[in-house]
Amino acid sequence: MTQVHVTTTVNGDEVEFLADPRETLLDCLRDKVGMTGAKEGCGTGDCGACSVTLDGRLVCSCLVLGVEAEGKDIGTIEGMADGDDLHPLQAKFIEYAALQCGICTPGILVATEALLKKSPDPSEEEVRYWLAGNLCRCTGYDKIIRAVLDTARDLREGV
Amino acid sequence: MVEVNLWSGLRRFADGQEAVEVEAKTVAEVLQKLVEAHPGLDPVIKAGVSVAVDGEIVQRALNHPVQPDSEVFLLQQFRGG
Amino acid sequence: MALDSKTEFKYIGTRPDRPDGMDKVTGKARYGADAYAPGMLHGAVVRSPHAHAKIVKIDASKALAMKGVKAVVTRADFATDLEGEDWDLLENTIAGEKTLYDGHAVAAVAATSALIAKDAAKLVEVEYEILPCVTDVDAAMADGAPVIRDGAADHSVPEGLHPNVVRYTEFGRGDVEAGFAAADLVVERDFKTEAVHQGYIEPHACLANLGADGKGELWCCTQGHWFVRRMCTALLGLETTQLRVTASEIGGGFGGKTTVFIDPIALALSRAAGKPVKLVMSRSEVLKASGPTSSASMNVKMGMTKDGKLTAATAVFRMQGGAFPGAPMDMTTMLAFSCYDLDNVHHEGFDVMTNRPKQAAYRAPGAPMGAFAVESVMDELCQGLGLDPIDARLTNAVKEGTKSSFGPRYKAVGLIETLEAAKAHPHYSAPLAENTGRGIASGYWMNWGGETSTSLAIGEDGTVQVGVGTPDIGGSRASMALMAAETLGIPYENVRVDVVDTASLGVNEPSHGSRATYASGLAVIESAREAITKLSKRAADKWGIDAEAVEWRDGAAHPSGPNAGDFTPLSIADIAGEMGSTGGPITGHHDASPTGFGGSFGTHIVDVHVDPDTGKSTVVRYTVVQDAGKAIHPSYVEGQFQGGAAQGIGWALNEEYIYDDDGRLQNDVFLDYRIPVASDLPMIDTVIVEVPNPGHPYGVRGVGETGITPPLPAVACAISHAIGHRMTRLPISPPRVLRAIQGKGIS
Repeated sequence: MTQVHVTTTVNGDEVEFLADPRETLLDCLRDKVGMTGAKEGCGTGDCGACSVTLDGRLVCSCLVLGVEAEGKDIGTIEGMADGDDLHPLQAKFIEYAALQCGICTPGILVATEALLKKSPDPSEEEVRYWLAGNLCRCTGYDKIIRAVLDTARDLREGV
Repeated sequence: MVEVNLWSGLRRFADGQEAVEVEAKTVAEVLQKLVEAHPGLDPVIKAGVSVAVDGEIVQRALNHPVQPDSEVFLLQQFRGG
Repeated sequence: MALDSKTEFKYIGTRPDRPDGMDKVTGKARYGADAYAPGMLHGAVVRSPHAHAKIVKIDASKALAMKGVKAVVTRADFATDLEGEDWDLLENTIAGEKTLYDGHAVAAVAATSALIAKDAAKLVEVEYEILPCVTDVDAAMADGAPVIRDGAADHSVPEGLHPNVVRYTEFGRGDVEAGFAAADLVVERDFKTEAVHQGYIEPHACLANLGADGKGELWCCTQGHWFVRRMCTALLGLETTQLRVTASEIGGGFGGKTTVFIDPIALALSRAAGKPVKLVMSRSEVLKASGPTSSASMNVKMGMTKDGKLTAATAVFRMQGGAFPGAPMDMTTMLAFSCYDLDNVHHEGFDVMTNRPKQAAYRAPGAPMGAFAVESVMDELCQGLGLDPIDARLTNAVKEGTKSSFGPRYKAVGLIETLEAAKAHPHYSAPLAENTGRGIASGYWMNWGGETSTSLAIGEDGTVQVGVGTPDIGGSRASMALMAAETLGIPYENVRVDVVDTASLGVNEPSHGSRATYASGLAVIESAREAITKLSKRAADKWGIDAEAVEWRDGAAHPSGPNAGDFTPLSIADIAGEMGSTGGPITGHHDASPTGFGGSFGTHIVDVHVDPDTGKSTVVRYTVVQDAGKAIHPSYVEGQFQGGAAQGIGWALNEEYIYDDDGRLQNDVFLDYRIPVASDLPMIDTVIVEVPNPGHPYGVRGVGETGITPPLPAVACAISHAIGHRMTRLPISPPRVLRAIQGKGIS
C-alpha cells in the first residue's frame, strides 16, 4: 500500500515520517519516530499505556492513525521533563514508589498531567475516574492516586 | 537410620507404609535408598519431589545433609509464580 | 545462612528512590517491544480458530509468494526428540498433529514489516478436522468427555478415572471421621472459581537473532532468562550456552513470564530467514494463548467445637490446567489448611486437562482457590457458632514447631502476629454502613530459594557494581542496592545494580516464588562479604598485619583493636584506588541454592458494600496485614501487598475466562476481560509485620505472593455477610449477587 508523507510536531520538534494508512499513531511514534515511551498494552483503547496528547487533548495513540497526525501537535512522555528537570509528577511518582514494573507509568503520567492542567484541585474520586482508562496491574493504584493528589497540592501551593 | 515420611498417596508404591527408614546422610542418598527399597517410587521421584528436612524445604539441593534424628518428609514438587 | 545478630540498620528499612526510577518516568526504560536491530524482520503467528482440531494440511505457498515475506515456520522447524515437560512446552508453543485450544499457534511468518507479516499470516492455509471439545473441569472428568490426549496420565492416577485426569494426589493424617464426630458444628460446601489471567500490561515481546551456526541472542521480557535459555535451546535443539538471553525491563509477570510462548518461534523464524526477528503478542493473543491460571471445582468440609477448636478438615480440589498436565493442585492441596493446627486432615487433588491454553503460574499458584474454599467454610463455622473470626483463627493458628497440614513443622512464622495486628487495627472495629459486610481471611505462601548466582565488583573510585540474575519486577534493584550498601557500609547511591544477561553469571532461577529479595539478596550480601574479606586483606598487607586483625566497618578497613596497631583507616575508595597495583581487581561472588527461605502469612480485612438493586459489589475499605520478615524497602513491600490485594479483588469480583460451547474465548480484550481500574478500588491500607526469617542474614521473607491469597475469601465473606447468603462461586458478579438476593427473598 502506498505510504503517506506526514509532517507533524512531536514535543515541539518538527517530525516527518512515511505512514501506511493502516498504521496507528502509536506504531508511527515507536517504529518511525523512535519514541518508544508510549506502550501498546492492548491496541484497543482500554489500557491507556499509549496515552499521548494531540493538540492538547488526551488520546490513546493506538486509536489514532498515523496519517491523522498531519499538522498536529503531539505531546509524549519524552517531552514531559524539562531537560534534566523532571516534571513534579515524575519526581513524585519516584518518591512515592508509585510504579512497580513501570510499563503503565508513561501513560499514567501523560494522563495525569492532562488532568492537572484541566483540574488543578481534583478530588480522589475525580483522579480515580480520570485514570479509570489507565490500567495498572502492579500497584493497586493506591500510591499512584496519592502521588497525583499530593503533586496537585504542591503545584497549587507553589512548592 | 532416617525416618522418611511419605505422603499417603505414595503408600501403594511402598508396601502400604507411610514412613520408610533408610540409611542416608544426604537428601540424594535418601531418595536413592527409597527407590532401592521401593522401586515403585522411582517414577514419582523422577517426576520431581520436594524434601523437607527439619522444616527446611529442599528441592534441588540434593547435597543437603540429613541427620539420623532428622524429621524428613517427601512432598510434592513446589512451583512458584 | 543464619540470621545475623545485627538488628540496627543504617540503610535497610529506608525508602530511597529506586535506581531505575528516572528511566521509567521519562519513557527511556526499554521493555520487550522496545528493541530494534538492523535488518530486523517482524513476525506474526498463525493461530487456530478451533478449540480442538486435527491439522490435516498447512499450505504456506501463498504467504511465501507475498512480497516481503522471508520465512514461514511450522512444527517441522523444531526439535523432534523431546519428551515430558519439554514436549509439552513445544506442543504448547506450536501445535503438532492437533490444535488443543482456541488460539493455539500453528505456524508463523517473518516479513519486512509488521503489516506484511500480519497479511501473510492470513494467507497461510490450514485445513482442520474439527473435534469435540471440553473446557469445564467437571465436564472434562465426566464419562464420555472428549479425550484431550490419551496416555497423558502419570503413575499417580488410580485406574477408572477419565483419561483427562492426568495427575492425582491424596494425603493427610489422623482420623477425620472421629474428628467430625467430635465437632459441635460441621460445615461442608462446594466451591467453584474461574480461570483468570495474570493480566500484565506488557504483552510478551522478543527480538531474536539465531544463525545457522547455532549461535544466537535473544532479548525478551521474562521473569527468568536462564529458564528462557534452557527452554528455547531445548525446543530448537541448540547447545544451552550458545544462546545469550538478555532480559528487558519487564512490564509485569506475576508468574506468567516464567515460561516461553513466542520466543522459540522468533528464534526459529530468525534461523530460517537469516535475520533478526521481532515478535510481539497482541492483547488478544496474550489472553488466548499465554497462560491463565487454573479454574477449580472444590469441596471443603470442616468441623469445629463451640469454643472454636477445629476438629477435622477435608478437601477435594479438581483443577483444570488447560490441554497439558500441570494444574497447581499440588500447591492447592498442600497449602489449603496451612494456617491451621490440625490433627485430622485429608486432601485429594485432581489435575485435569481441557481444551484451554496451558496454565501458567500466577502469584501463589494454586493457593488462592484453596484459601477461598477453606476460609469461607471457616467463616461459616464462626458465624454458626457465634465466634469472632480472628479469635477462632488465633485458637487454631500455626506457630513455630506446629506440624503443618502437609507434614513438616513450621520454623518461625508470623500468622499469630498478623492476626493480632489485624484485631488491633481500627478497621476491624469500625462501624459498618447499611448493606455492607466485613470479611476476614488469612493466607500463606511458603516462598522459595532456588538456584542463585550474583557478582559484585569494586570500581576504581570505590563505588560498587552488582550483577544479579533475577529480573526486577517491582523495585528489587533498590532492595539489592540497600543490602549491598548495608553490608559494605557505603552509601546506597554508590551501588549500581544491573540485571545481567545469561552469559554473565551462573544459572539463576526466575524472579518467582517470592524468591528474588530473599535468594538474590542473600547472595548479594555474601558477595559483599567476600569483597570485604579481600578489601581487608589489602589493608592488612599495606599495614603489614594479619588480615584477621582488620575490622571492616562504615565502609573502611580499621585495625581491629589497639593490639592490631595504630593505622589510619583505609576507606573502600582508598583501597580501590590502588587495587591495580596491590593484587588486581576486587570482586565478590556467590552461588547457592539456599533452602532457608521462610513462608509469609497474611491476614486481610475488607468491607464490601452491595447495592441491593443492581447486585454491584464495591470494596469500600481494605487492610492488608502481612509478615515480611524484614522489609528492606518498605514502600515496595507495601506495593506488593497492595498489588496482591487488587489482583485478588479482581479475581473475586470481575475476572473470568468465558468460553462458548465451541471452546472459543468470548472475552479476549481488556474491555471484556475486566481487571480492576482505579475507580473500582479504595486506598489499600498496609501493616508490615516483621517476624525475622531465621534463614536470611537480615531476616527477609518473600512478600510477593501471599497477598493474592486472602482477598478471594475475604471479599466473598464480606459479600455473604452483606446479603445474608453464602457466596461459593467466583466471580461474584452483579447477576450472581442478584440471584442470591432474590433466592433469599431479600429485596
